[in-house]
Amino acid sequence: MNMQALLHQILSGLVNGSMYASVALALVMIFKATHQVNFAQGELAMFSTYVAFTLIEVGVPYWAAFVLTLGVSFAVGVAIERFIMRRFRNASPLTAVIVFIGLLVLLNGLVGWIYTYTPQKFPSPFDPSAWYGTIYMSPHEVGMIAVTLVVLAIVFAFFRFTKLGLAMRAAAENPQSSRLVGIRVDWMLALGWGLASVLGAVAGMMAAHKLTLEPNMMSSVILYGFAAALLGGIDNPWGAPIGGFVVGVLENIAGAYLVGTQLKLALALFVIIAVLLFRPSGLFGRTVVVRV
Amino acid sequence: MASAEVPMAAPAATAGSTRRVGRASRGLAALFVVAIVLPFLVSDYYVAKLTQVVVYAIALVGLNLLTGFSGQISLGNGAFYALGAYASAILMSKVGLPYWATPPLVGAICFIVGYLFGRPAARLEGIYLALATFALAITTPQILKLDALAPWTGGNQGVQIVRRVSPIPDQISHDQWRYFFCLVVATAMFVIAWNLVRGRTGRALVALRDHSIGAGTMGISVASYKAVTFGVSAMYTGIAGALGALVAGFISPDSFEIFVSIQLLVGGVVGGIDSLPGTLFGAMFIEFVPDLAGKLSKAAPFALYGVLLIVCMVVMPGGAAGLVRSARAWHARRSLHRTRS
Repeated sequence: MNMQALLHQILSGLVNGSMYASVALALVMIFKATHQVNFAQGELAMFSTYVAFTLIEVGVPYWAAFVLTLGVSFAVGVAIERFIMRRFRNASPLTAVIVFIGLLVLLNGLVGWIYTYTPQKFPSPFDPSAWYGTIYMSPHEVGMIAVTLVVLAIVFAFFRFTKLGLAMRAAAENPQSSRLVGIRVDWMLALGWGLASVLGAVAGMMAAHKLTLEPNMMSSVILYGFAAALLGGIDNPWGAPIGGFVVGVLENIAGAYLVGTQLKLALALFVIIAVLLFRPSGLFGRTVVVRV
Repeated sequence: MASAEVPMAAPAATAGSTRRVGRASRGLAALFVVAIVLPFLVSDYYVAKLTQVVVYAIALVGLNLLTGFSGQISLGNGAFYALGAYASAILMSKVGLPYWATPPLVGAICFIVGYLFGRPAARLEGIYLALATFALAITTPQILKLDALAPWTGGNQGVQIVRRVSPIPDQISHDQWRYFFCLVVATAMFVIAWNLVRGRTGRALVALRDHSIGAGTMGISVASYKAVTFGVSAMYTGIAGALGALVAGFISPDSFEIFVSIQLLVGGVVGGIDSLPGTLFGAMFIEFVPDLAGKLSKAAPFALYGVLLIVCMVVMPGGAAGLVRSARAWHARRSLHRTRS
């Protein structure tokens, strides 16, 4: 086995992993707060990316469009929670799943309606001949990992060091007691949706240059995101990004040396089913014991 | 707790319910007459569409048994639809079986595969099963494209199916013949499903859905009931896939994207996920409404489906069948009031 080729596979696995990490963390955030799995997370990210695409098309510089898109995504996430998901907070799993799937097709159809299904080129903010590009990774790929790590660091710092972050964690952990100490639990959930949407937007914008932008762009990313979130433990925010990077590397190594590129997606399916069956709490999750 | 959910599962003891059964069988007879006469009144184009309605109805019965009755959320029934379609296409084109011999074989294959998938899946609770089946549905086209399977599946090229099935094309066109063939299969499958859900098995399934631990305590073998239901659901969906392939005349991996599963979910939800008659309405909906919405834009049906799924969950979680049920209950309450006063 060629060491250089192996190194290349691992590094580009980490690049893919950075997308999965953001998506997985977004999934975990919503799961922790509501015990629901957001099937529409990928389409939400895709929708945000089209917002960025439109802004860039009308001449807004990349990073300005980036920040504006994060703002719009946040608002969209909050709005979805306030206007749609709120009604289904205590719904049966079936109802919740149906609503999420509804949201998924709605966003997919809406974007397909407006922009058609033709793949679009999405620009990269990183100069292709920049000094940090190597033979293993293009500058965009280095940039993807860097942006993801920065965003993850901000999110974790927010939850760890700010009062609002603490309130959000409290609201997810124990809604009743949080309400008693004066936390507005409803708004914390909406904020969580907004943040998850922002994380998705980052993943989408970073992925779009690599995958080319089209309405079904995220369908494989979300699948790996699920695998990552489950592998890291669906209720563990630290596990999600780790799971993301692990799944990214695993996908590439297995694709190159074990199962071939044609079964890469099936690998995600395999990870999902294997984790659910043999270690439902994932690598870092808590085992939940329910009293009936 | 079970009989309330399954229409007409209660013993027909009172005069009211006897009358209702009488009315239902008259409705059924009328439906049959319409189903038999209709293909002679409309053009072959619409006959083909009606055939697809019948095919969808079978697939929806499969989904409803699994998700509506036994409470196992499946977003991946499109995978079994694909399996059925491919199994039948391969049996016809590579093995040389006639079209009418494939449904039972395909049903058996899909039952086994579904059972094997359902056995471990029975351990997954609600949302996790949804996740696993969702992953299955997304992966399906890629598995169908595998080079290793290409000698049978034709890879990206797909498989062609002979559609000239009518022995008397001058009297009954090929489209009409396919329609009646599907109708016969569908009738048989509906009768089986009806007998399945109205008795002991149906009550067991509903008990599983409403409280699986309680059901276990009552002596229902939770794991095997769940796995068998998965198998039966896969069988229904697979047979529908086989018939669907016959109607389409051509299948390829791209015909089995995640949207097949989503379309089935829409049909199930709109018709009423825990109702067998509702599947007919759901099937008509997913066959004809996209045509109307598609006039606006290629993507419009999806946007519409999305809005509809969400609105349905707010306004009528029971689907069309649920609306009919509550209208009936309202009517009964009102007439009760009238006799009292």
